[in-house]
Amino acid sequence: MDFISKNLPYLLAGISVGGQYALIAIGYTMVYGILRLINFAHGDIFTVAALVLVYSSTIMPLYLSIPLTLVATVVLGLVVERVAYKPLRNAPRMSVMISAIGVSYLLQNLALYITGGLAQTYPAIPIISNTIKIGPATTKIVTVVTPVLTIVLVFALMQLINHTKIGMAMRSVANDFETSRLMGIKVDNIISMTFVIGSFLAAVGSLLYFTNYASVVPTSGAMPGLKAFVAAVFGGIGSIPGAVIGAFIIGICENIIKGLGWTTFSDAFTFALLIVILIVKPTGLFGEKATDKV
Amino acid sequence: MLKVNDLKVNYGGIEAVKGISFEVPEKSIVTLIGANGAGKSTTLRSIVSLVKPSNGKIEFLGEDITGRDTNDIVAKGITLVPEGRKIFPDLTVLENLKIGAYMRKDNLTEDLNWVYDLFPRLKERHWQAGGTLSGGEQQMLAVARALMSRPKLIMMDEPSLGLAPLIVQGIFEIIKEINKQGVTILLIEQNANMALRTADIGYVMETGNITLTGSGKELLVNEQVRAAYLGK
Ligand SMILES: Nc1ncnc2c1ncn2[C@@H]1O[C@H](COP(=O)(O)OP(=O)(O)OP(=O)(O)O)[C@@H](O)[C@H]1O
Ligand SMILES: [Mg+2]
Repeated sequence: MDFISKNLPYLLAGISVGGQYALIAIGYTMVYGILRLINFAHGDIFTVAALVLVYSSTIMPLYLSIPLTLVATVVLGLVVERVAYKPLRNAPRMSVMISAIGVSYLLQNLALYITGGLAQTYPAIPIISNTIKIGPATTKIVTVVTPVLTIVLVFALMQLINHTKIGMAMRSVANDFETSRLMGIKVDNIISMTFVIGSFLAAVGSLLYFTNYASVVPTSGAMPGLKAFVAAVFGGIGSIPGAVIGAFIIGICENIIKGLGWTTFSDAFTFALLIVILIVKPTGLFGEKATDKV
Repeated sequence: MLKVNDLKVNYGGIEAVKGISFEVPEKSIVTLIGANGAGKSTTLRSIVSLVKPSNGKIEFLGEDITGRDTNDIVAKGITLVPEGRKIFPDLTVLENLKIGAYMRKDNLTEDLNWVYDLFPRLKERHWQAGGTLSGGEQQMLAVARALMSRPKLIMMDEPSLGLAPLIVQGIFEIIKEINKQGVTILLIEQNANMALRTADIGYVMETGNITLTGSGKELLVNEQVRAAYLGK
C-alpha cells in the first residue's frame, strides 16, 4: 500500500506526459512517412503554439484564444511546408533536412526575440488545471484527460488513415509520389494534409503539456520536442502506433526513474534508450525495413 | 483522339525525344515499338505531364493538354499503366483498385465487377497487400487499376515485361477485350511481334525519332522491322 501510494503519482504523471509526447511524436512520424524527412522544426512549432496561447490569452478570453492557437499552429505548419520544403521537392534529401534545421533555428530565434528571453506566464486553462484526488494521489485533471484524449485522437487518426479515401491517398503518396499523381491525386495537397494533422496534434499536446507549468520560455519546448522525436525513432519512425507506444514507454520510464529518486538521470535515460535502439534495432519497434525510397 | 505534334523532351540538356508527331484514332490500338532508350516511356510520360515537354503540342479530343497538371489530364480520360507496374505495395489489392478510381465520385461496384471479370485472380486476392502479389498478378492489378478510372485512352508501358509466355498471351487477350469494349489503347512493347499483330497502327521509334509508320500488318512484313525487332 505504501509502495503504491508513493509511486502512483509518478505513474500517473508518466502516462500523462507519455500522451503529450505521443501527440508531438505523431507529427514527426507522419511527415517522415510521407516525405522521408525529419522535420526538425516540429518541436519548435510545439513551442510556438504555447507562445501563441500566452499572448492571445492576454487580449481575448480563453474560449477564443484556444481555438486561435490550434488554427495558428496549423497555419504555421502549412507555411513552413510551403515555404521551406515544397520548393525542394526534387532536391536531394540532405538539402531538405538542412532547410528544416534552418526553420527550427528561425522559429527559436523568433521566439527569443518576441519574448525577450523572459519567462511568460502560461494561462491556467479552466477545468483541466483543477486538481483531483485519485486514491492517495493528488493531481491536476489534465493528467487524467491527456491519456484519454490522446487515445481518442490516435483512434480517430487511424480510422482516417485506414478507412477513408483521403487516408488511402496518404498511404499511396507515402509509397510513391509519381504513381499517386497518375491516379489523379494532388500530391502536394496530401503532403499539406499531413502537416495540418501533425501541427494540430502538436498544438493539442502543447495545451496539455504546458498546463503543468506556470510559465514558458523560448526553450521550454525543446526537451519535450526532442523526447517526442526519440519516441518516434524508438517506435520505428514512419509508424504511428510505434510513435504512440514509444512515447508512452518513454514518459512512464522517465517518471518512474524520478520516483526512484534518480531525477537527475531521467533525461539521460531517454537518450541512452535512443542510442541502444539505434544499435540494437535501428528500425525501431515497429519500423519498416530500411528500404530507400525509389 | 490523341494528336502529338513535334514533341521534344529534354533531360538536362540531353534530348530524349527529338520532335515526334503521331496520332491515336478513337477506338484503335496503336503501338510504339523501338529499342531500349529510344524514348518510348518518355513520350508516354510527357503525355500525362510527368515530364514537361520542351516543345510541341499534345491534343486530346481536340483540346490542348500540353503541360497541364497530371490530375487534370487523368480527369479528361487518359491513364497510364507505368513501366514496371508500380502498384502500391502497402495497399491491398482492393485499395489499389479503389485508388485507381480516385478522381471519381460515383459508385464503383459495377467497375469492380468489370475488372474482377477480366481478372478473376484479383478477386480471389482482393484482401492481399499489393506488394505480395506475383509479378504477373501485379501486372494484372496495374491494368485493372488503370481501368478503374474509366479511361477513354489507356496507355501501357511494356505490360508484358518479365512475364511467362502464357501470361503475355493472356495480357494481349485482355488488351483486345478492353479495346472491344470501347477503350482506345496506346501500347509500348518490346515484344514487337505480339504488339504489331494486335495493333491497328504501329510506329517505330529510334533514338528519339519516329522512323517508320504503318498498319500493324505492314510493319510485321517490313524488312527493316523484321531485321531490327523481330530477329529475322
Ligand atoms: N529521368 C531521366 N533523367 C535523365 N535521362 C533520362 C531520364 N529518363 C530517361 N532518360 C533517358 O532518356 C532516354 C529515353 O528513355 P526512355 O525511358 O524514354 O526509353 P524507352 O524507349 O522507354 O526504353 P526502354 O525500352 O528501355 O524502356 C534514355 O537515353 C534514358 O537514359
Ligand atoms: Mg521504357
